[in-house]
Amino acid sequence: MLFLGPEVDWFALSPYLTMVGGALMLMVVGALTSRWPRGLTAWTTVAVTAASAVLALLAWNDIGDSGPTTLVGGAMAHDRFALFVALGMLGATALVALITDGELRGGENDGPEIYALLLTAATGAMVMAAANELIVMFLGLETLSLALYVLAASDRRRSGSQESGMKYFVLGGFASAFFLYGIALLYGGTRSTSISEIVERFQTTVAADRNDALVLAGVALLLVGLAFKVSAVPFHVWSPDVYQGAPSNVTAFMASVGKAAAFAAMLRVLVVALPFHRDDWRPAIWVLAVASLVIGSVLAVVQTDVKRMLAYSSVSHAGFILVGIEAAGHRAGEADAGSGVQAVLVYLVLYGVLVVGSFGVATVVARGNDGDTSLSAFAGLATRRPTLAVAMTVFLLAQAGVPLTSGFVAKWGVIQEAVAERSYAIAIIAMLAAVIGAFLYLRIMVSVWLQPSPDGATTERVPALTGFAIGIAALVTVAIGVWPDWLLSVSESVSAYAR
Amino acid sequence: MLDVVWLIPAFPLVGFVLLLLLGRRLGEPGAGVVAAMAVLGAFVVTVGSFFDLLSMDEHHRSHVVTLFEWVPVSSLQVDMALLADPLSITMALFVTGIGFLIHLFAIGYMHGDPKFPKFFLYLNLFVLSMLMLVLGENLLVTFLGWEGVGACSYFLISFWHTRDSAATAGKKAFVTNRIGDWGVMLAMFLGFQAVGSVSYSALNGAAESGSLASSTATGIALLLFVGAMGKSAQFPLYLWLPDAMEGPTPVSALIHAATMVTAGVFLMTRMNPMLAAAADWAPQIVAWVGAVTALFAATIAVAQTDIKKVLAYSTVSQLGYMFLAVGSGAFVAAIFHMVTHAFFKALMFLGSGSVIHGMHHEQDMRRMGALRKVMPITAGTFIIGWLAIAGVPPFAGFWSKDEILLFTLARSPVLYVIGLVTAVLTAYYMTRQVIMVFFGEARWNDHAEEHGAHGEFKPHESPAIMLFPLVVLSVLSVLGGIIQLPSFGIIPKDLRHRLEDWLHPVVAPGEAVISGTSAYDAKAWLALLAIACALFGIVVAVLVYSRKRLKAIEPALLADGWRYDAVVSAFMGGPGRRAFDAIAWFDANVVDGAVNGVAGLVRSTSGAVRRVQTGNMRNYAGIVGIGVVLMLLWFVVVRGVW
Repeated sequence: MLFLGPEVDWFALSPYLTMVGGALMLMVVGALTSRWPRGLTAWTTVAVTAASAVLALLAWNDIGDSGPTTLVGGAMAHDRFALFVALGMLGATALVALITDGELRGGENDGPEIYALLLTAATGAMVMAAANELIVMFLGLETLSLALYVLAASDRRRSGSQESGMKYFVLGGFASAFFLYGIALLYGGTRSTSISEIVERFQTTVAADRNDALVLAGVALLLVGLAFKVSAVPFHVWSPDVYQGAPSNVTAFMASVGKAAAFAAMLRVLVVALPFHRDDWRPAIWVLAVASLVIGSVLAVVQTDVKRMLAYSSVSHAGFILVGIEAAGHRAGEADAGSGVQAVLVYLVLYGVLVVGSFGVATVVARGNDGDTSLSAFAGLATRRPTLAVAMTVFLLAQAGVPLTSGFVAKWGVIQEAVAERSYAIAIIAMLAAVIGAFLYLRIMVSVWLQPSPDGATTERVPALTGFAIGIAALVTVAIGVWPDWLLSVSESVSAYAR
Repeated sequence: MLDVVWLIPAFPLVGFVLLLLLGRRLGEPGAGVVAAMAVLGAFVVTVGSFFDLLSMDEHHRSHVVTLFEWVPVSSLQVDMALLADPLSITMALFVTGIGFLIHLFAIGYMHGDPKFPKFFLYLNLFVLSMLMLVLGENLLVTFLGWEGVGACSYFLISFWHTRDSAATAGKKAFVTNRIGDWGVMLAMFLGFQAVGSVSYSALNGAAESGSLASSTATGIALLLFVGAMGKSAQFPLYLWLPDAMEGPTPVSALIHAATMVTAGVFLMTRMNPMLAAAADWAPQIVAWVGAVTALFAATIAVAQTDIKKVLAYSTVSQLGYMFLAVGSGAFVAAIFHMVTHAFFKALMFLGSGSVIHGMHHEQDMRRMGALRKVMPITAGTFIIGWLAIAGVPPFAGFWSKDEILLFTLARSPVLYVIGLVTAVLTAYYMTRQVIMVFFGEARWNDHAEEHGAHGEFKPHESPAIMLFPLVVLSVLSVLGGIIQLPSFGIIPKDLRHRLEDWLHPVVAPGEAVISGTSAYDAKAWLALLAIACALFGIVVAVLVYSRKRLKAIEPALLADGWRYDAVVSAFMGGPGRRAFDAIAWFDANVVDGAVNGVAGLVRSTSGAVRRVQTGNMRNYAGIVGIGVVLMLLWFVVVRGVW
């Protein structure tokens, strides 16, 4: 039997390969050379992501000419959906790398390892978003997750970090197992793990028997695995502990890139591969969305630690994104499918920037207060670091969805989609959650602006690169809030999927 | 000046930025002067725009200035645009005009406060937001300002956050207002869904042309009214306003009397075609809520002892009048009363501020008395404000209140009687306040020790910078009625209904027509009746508090505001929580904690919730497991087998 390797379009794969190559280079060169000058590792990481982004942009253009295709024998999708998410994730990764420099400087972890892990994790995330094959998606998921487990536990001096890594590892493994089992069941029902083939089978044979319990159970378990990664209620239980315990720069990465990857994968599975089951999965998404919105916003309000607050608010943001997916589910698979998917992707990209900025501020405050990120550590930040306080205010306002910030654009998008699909109940609940959530952001703002600095508080040192990253994030947040049109028009072409 | 209408919000924006960057360096009084000048600049541009509009033909009095296309993508077209028309310019005129006077006053009042520059920073930000609110060309720009004024209100209420009560009051304001904001957001989405735009012209155009289903119009109008109830402190959402008096007095005057709280009335007037297109019962609800609020708050004001609390409840009551007008289709009268109320209520709040300043931060009226001798100008101007609000002709309040009552009678005699009773009570409690503060015997010496003024404690008149705004406002309170005089025999023809002619292009679709009704024919008698009511209230109060012929009726029930506040808090904490099922507990958690600050309850509730989040990995896996089972149940059993 002759085994023919699939045809490989190396150029289309180049954004992913660049990231892997960058990670390897950092490790090898880092091991062979003496200590690098300050900040060079971080900038190298940024350069790698930038190179990858440039290649992704070129690929974006190519797709404009030749249309979406699949790569490596149908294993990966080469479409603007994947590239849009990838570009957002690359931007977030670069910002995280800059924040990481300030976090590691002078510590025992200062070296190329953490950056290499970040690049590896980001590669996994990009692969998840581009997977056209469930096994490849699982590979991406594991690449991302394994790197994140190590990153979460990377601050070895702090027991909180170790605990965080351990919890994430055990529970994450639990969830991955469900995901893998879901793939197996789906394979049992459709005789394939390729999204292209699954869609084809549905159109021809399986369509006759929609109630195949094997397929349905597979969808259920796939959904569990992904809901865990996006931390949707009730699969969110890990996230407050892990977010709080992990180093803040890693938390920023989890909340931005990790979440975006899982949501992109969820869209691939549900909207691209399984539109035939949309009436089955849409109610489940509805429940997940509502539970995440309500529980996330309410529990966020009663927290006292800012990182935990942001963790719960991230649960509530997951609820908002699920609102968009629910809306996308109404007409999934039809020729005129609505623009729910666009709204979701825009939300992911904008939230990614926001959350990196928010946790970036948390890193600075934590370093200035011996790792303390409770609300009282933020008290009087405005008198100590006014610029930082302004940036934090921008991020919080955006998270609350105030007009003229990117958060408003994101929230408006998904709620508008829900209203357009006549999902009034979920839209009303989402707005209610926004109302409750606003109280949380206000609590932090009050602490930052109105409360006096505690006696003997030292002024936080803002590392140059961290400050730079926070500044960029704040700028993007405001700029997109004022001029959202280009992003929205760019996002219009993402729903032409390859399959 | 119409093309540079953007300068109106630009001035306070520049002021805000300057204070943000240089606030501490400007110090006192530099920061205050910069802030006041910024508002003055905005006022000048507004006056210019006003005369521009006035010189135009009635049908062209609407000018849109698009600053930039905010969200110009396919289905969603929202511009960052300002609308200069009679309504918005009227609002901008008194926001900037009164705003300037209050800034001046605050320079004197906040003298010596360590956070002096910060105060003016917030004040300018407030003026900026308020101007965006009134000048917005669409609901979204208005909403931006709406959120902004809410946030500033919160910051300024808790400005003296070292006082616990101030922090609690700020939270209360925030939570109540969010309930209202929710209504506005829903209205916005509903309007966008139905019309495809959030601009006023499109929404109102659809309502006028009848292309909007009556049910949709009703929904939008009532949701907006929910927003208005929150912002304008209507029953049952009024709870926050009396507590908001914890803020510095200039804030009470500017935000919680003259401008922000009238935003709800403004919004309803702006959207008056929507209310007209709504089902008949929608305006009736508005009118009834207004009437009930007016009466309810007036009864509470009768028994208050804090000088600012009286004015606070009086504000709630007067706002009720405005909604009574809106619900009766008297939009011109509502705006008219809003303007005159802004004059005399700002005057009285500043007057009370002057008193508090002179009394070394004493607010209890039982410890005042006879202050007219030591504070003659404050007393004189306050008395003018009193006559205006009590409805004594020819002061401003008489004309506007009379017009509202006229329209109310045309709609429903019951509402009219409620309005009249409220008028009697208003005259009564305001007279009570004036007597307790400025007349009778001086009671402040008895408590001199408490003020740390050993031996000699003497209230003093305030500095000129605080008195000047009082004088200007008192002149306006006397003459304010001139903008909308009724058509009585002796009044020259060209002085009649000036405001109505001016606002006509905006309010024409919703304005009720009452000429020809029996109420309209009897309007002279009605005016006499209103005067009689006002005098009756004054005379009774004089008999009670000055002559001591009658015993004062100040039941504790009224002093406690009908115990409504306490009942709300108790309900949120007690049977309500038991009755609400598991999903509603968060409501208690948030509302309760904020509305009443029952800290203990919050702690126990949130403690119960936190227990779910124990940090125990086995529990976490268990929760995930339950989720998996539910998920499988849904997919396999519900969807698969059935």
